[in-house]
Amino acid sequence: MDATPPNAVPNAKESDESLLAIFVSPAVWAAHFMACYITAAVWCEKFSGDSLSLAPVRVAFGVYTLLAVALIGVNGWFGYRRIRRTPGDHAYGADRAEDRHRFLGYVTTLLAGLSLVATLFVAAVALFVETCH
Amino acid sequence: MNRPADNDAPEGAPKNVQEQRLLETWRTPRGWRYWSAVNNTEVGLWYTVTSGCFFLFAGVLALLMRVQLATPGAEFLSADRYNQIFTMHGSVMMFLFAVPIFEAISILLLPQMMGARDLPFPRLSAYGYYSFLIGGVFVCGSLLFDAAPKGGWFMYPPMTTDYQPGIGADIWLLGLSFIEIASIAAAVELIVGVLKCRPPGMRINLIPLYGWYILVVAGMILFAFPPLIAGDILLEMERAFDWPFFDPSRGGDPLLWQHLFWIFGHPEVYIVFLPSVALMAMIVPTFARTPIVGYGWVVLAAVGTGFLSFGLWVHHMFTTGLPAVTLGVFSAASQAVAIPTGIQLFCFLATLLAGRVVGSVPLLFIFASLATFVFGGLTGVMVAVAPFDLQAHDTYFVVGHLHYVLVGGTIFPLIGGTYYYYPLVTAKQLSARLGKIAFWLLLVGFNITFLPMHWTGLLGMPRRVYTYPAGMGFETLNLISTVGAFVLASGFLVVLWDIVRPKGKEPYAPRNPWDAGTLEWLAEMPLKPWGIRSVPIIKSRDPLWDQKDLVHDIDEGRFYLPDAEEGLRETLVTSVIDARPEQCLRVPGPTFLPMISAAFTGGVFIFGTYHWWTPALLSGAGAVATILIWLWTGTARVPEKEAKNVGLGLELPIYISGPSSVGWWAMFITMLGDATAFISLVFGYFFYWTIHDDFPPETSAGPGVVWPVVGGVLMLLAYGMTIAAWRLNRADRSGAFYFTLATAALLTVGGAAALFAAPWSTGLDPTRHSYDAIVWLLVGWTVLHAMVGVLMQLYCLARRSAGHMTARHDADITNVTLYWHFLALTVALTVGVIAGFPLLS
Repeated sequence: MDATPPNAVPNAKESDESLLAIFVSPAVWAAHFMACYITAAVWCEKFSGDSLSLAPVRVAFGVYTLLAVALIGVNGWFGYRRIRRTPGDHAYGADRAEDRHRFLGYVTTLLAGLSLVATLFVAAVALFVETCH
Repeated sequence: MNRPADNDAPEGAPKNVQEQRLLETWRTPRGWRYWSAVNNTEVGLWYTVTSGCFFLFAGVLALLMRVQLATPGAEFLSADRYNQIFTMHGSVMMFLFAVPIFEAISILLLPQMMGARDLPFPRLSAYGYYSFLIGGVFVCGSLLFDAAPKGGWFMYPPMTTDYQPGIGADIWLLGLSFIEIASIAAAVELIVGVLKCRPPGMRINLIPLYGWYILVVAGMILFAFPPLIAGDILLEMERAFDWPFFDPSRGGDPLLWQHLFWIFGHPEVYIVFLPSVALMAMIVPTFARTPIVGYGWVVLAAVGTGFLSFGLWVHHMFTTGLPAVTLGVFSAASQAVAIPTGIQLFCFLATLLAGRVVGSVPLLFIFASLATFVFGGLTGVMVAVAPFDLQAHDTYFVVGHLHYVLVGGTIFPLIGGTYYYYPLVTAKQLSARLGKIAFWLLLVGFNITFLPMHWTGLLGMPRRVYTYPAGMGFETLNLISTVGAFVLASGFLVVLWDIVRPKGKEPYAPRNPWDAGTLEWLAEMPLKPWGIRSVPIIKSRDPLWDQKDLVHDIDEGRFYLPDAEEGLRETLVTSVIDARPEQCLRVPGPTFLPMISAAFTGGVFIFGTYHWWTPALLSGAGAVATILIWLWTGTARVPEKEAKNVGLGLELPIYISGPSSVGWWAMFITMLGDATAFISLVFGYFFYWTIHDDFPPETSAGPGVVWPVVGGVLMLLAYGMTIAAWRLNRADRSGAFYFTLATAALLTVGGAAALFAAPWSTGLDPTRHSYDAIVWLLVGWTVLHAMVGVLMQLYCLARRSAGHMTARHDADITNVTLYWHFLALTVALTVGVIAGFPLLS
């Protein structure tokens, strides 16, 4: 298993990798979550007036969600590309640079999937809740 | 699969000069000097034993509560005493057991799993341990003097402000803040340990799953504990100095505390749960005799749970009257977290199905854990549904739920882990027979105790009541719970007896007694103080199963650092992604300095509790002085040679600075935590803005614009000059360096004074309104950090003049510059908020 030279895959050099890439999608989820929470809290407390209408917040949720889904999609796509474009089998457990490369892509893709679901969960609130009460 | 070869040498005897030197270098100090040890094996053991003692203490408190609740209208405990006991039970279990035991086990085992000789900052571990010990004894001791806190483990104001005049709440706030600092110290140590101290070749896709979990949990501590520290500061300022952060009559709001507490409190649940899952991830493959199924999925679960757990805190506040949309957002996240939590459990089940399972006591506890935790997780999904929670809130249903999650998720794997890892600590094995007896007593006792509580709760029995009247249907269920509690306690007694019973006549455990595949099982029996004979090259996730002759080659000293020619303790520092060797790191040996610094630091908090300000200030000065001595004598020392041959023809530098060095990472991680605490205070400012119609209030002059801007500009200038000084040092322009850095220090002092003048000159009175108080607090936080910044600048001036810092050896000023990046951000944000925001609103 040591026969493969460590840099057989383009962009599999250690200096080209970043551990931070795997955290991008969850961080986008967190930003989306906080944006939704803060917008709703501030609107209902300070601006909704007597009507208690949630309409602008629901629009804001929609905009945030589109943005978040796009960012998570891009991050997930980059992750998926790393899996697809790395030659060899789809394993990521061997002592090779391409396995490490594929592994980081794999985890990025999985976390993007989870972040997507969690983001849509939060966005769904805007579909069901119509007023501040 | 290779079974490691037995060591041929007579027990404990060094085989050659190299081994002799290594043994001498890593030898544990004897006699009274034993307590000066800082090596992970000693500190980790003390940490484990101490947190185990706190667990037993809190367990006895639980039994006292169950005796009181066994029958209606009982008088075994008074209401006041009961309040103290339930508060201490929760607080001790969470702060003095659940979090510290994770740190303890990780400090003890992580270096072994990583094939490292020690963690990168042994004295920091020791400092954290002594802080924990002092703070824990202080908090627990209060119960003996009838002075314990009695506001519940969450200390809600106004219960803990207006209605508790004693010092109980202060003991909680200051004693536990002290321990939270110890937790952050451990988090720094563990993050740097996982990222930078792996054996060569252990790429990021090969690290043991325990490492991934520790990375996630330590990262969570870094973002979860600081909001609580910020909350502690606010609450203690209200109690000690009447700053009305939570007093609605003066613009405060008790809900702010609930937010800050639960931003900590919910991730906390996962902070205590994930390390136990990490133990499962180590134990399951061993007894399934196969590598873990879905390694990447488990990593997803660890990281995903870590993130999502920060979006759940309001589910503890569903009944506080927040808007429905807010409840919806947090309910959604509470449901989503079940996904990664479930994924890892399915991976464990798949591993067991894929392998050939070998029965054992540790595995029994893993099964108990899986069943119990899933049950608790399902009731968790029930209470995550806001309408159901409105019914179940503050009833015994929640008590039942949380104990299923915590005991199932945390305690059972820990007991399994104790049986599994005991040989790595004492070189002896625990009894399988006693283990099985304990297993049944614990599993049966646990379910008899906590299952009925779900019904007690649904019948309407509230939590935290010291008694209940007869005739409400609570009697039988409570009596059953009490009987179960004693069965449960008898199970713990069996485990305790198994751990402490004399084993002198029993043979040593065989090497790798469970036939495990991970690196920690290299340990020789009897154990050697050096951690590992030589630091190997790792090519697999289960190196003991996959790498032929690995154990033999390590024992023969055929890998890195097989010797200690200079008689100094050394370990390898490697790169984050591929674990490429980068540095031969010299780690410090035994010293009493951490113990003395922790005692002084403890003095600040303990004297502060009693408002004895002079001794508290003297202790603070003592702590600063001791820490300076510790830094001066032991960190960033210029080595006698630039590089060293670490074996296999590899030459590594001894001194490095910047992002490759462990010190830089420690500073970066610490400052992330510090910045989180600061952001929490800023959150407080905007929280008040949200809930008030006029904020800043018309009645307050505010801090003005001129002084804050003058202060900000002076400090940002100082920041620029600090960076310039770092460059000048690197260019070896000595005179210009001294001048620039000294000027920067003067500018910082001037800037801090100007910032202080802002609220002072406009007469803001922090006891008048929450606005005045929060402005003063933001200013105070920034000024305090500026003073630390000055101390660092002066330290660098002294280091260079003493020859300990040169153009090449510049770790001190590099790390200080990193601190200043964060300080500059703090200054800019403080000035922007206190001077800029009033102009907008």
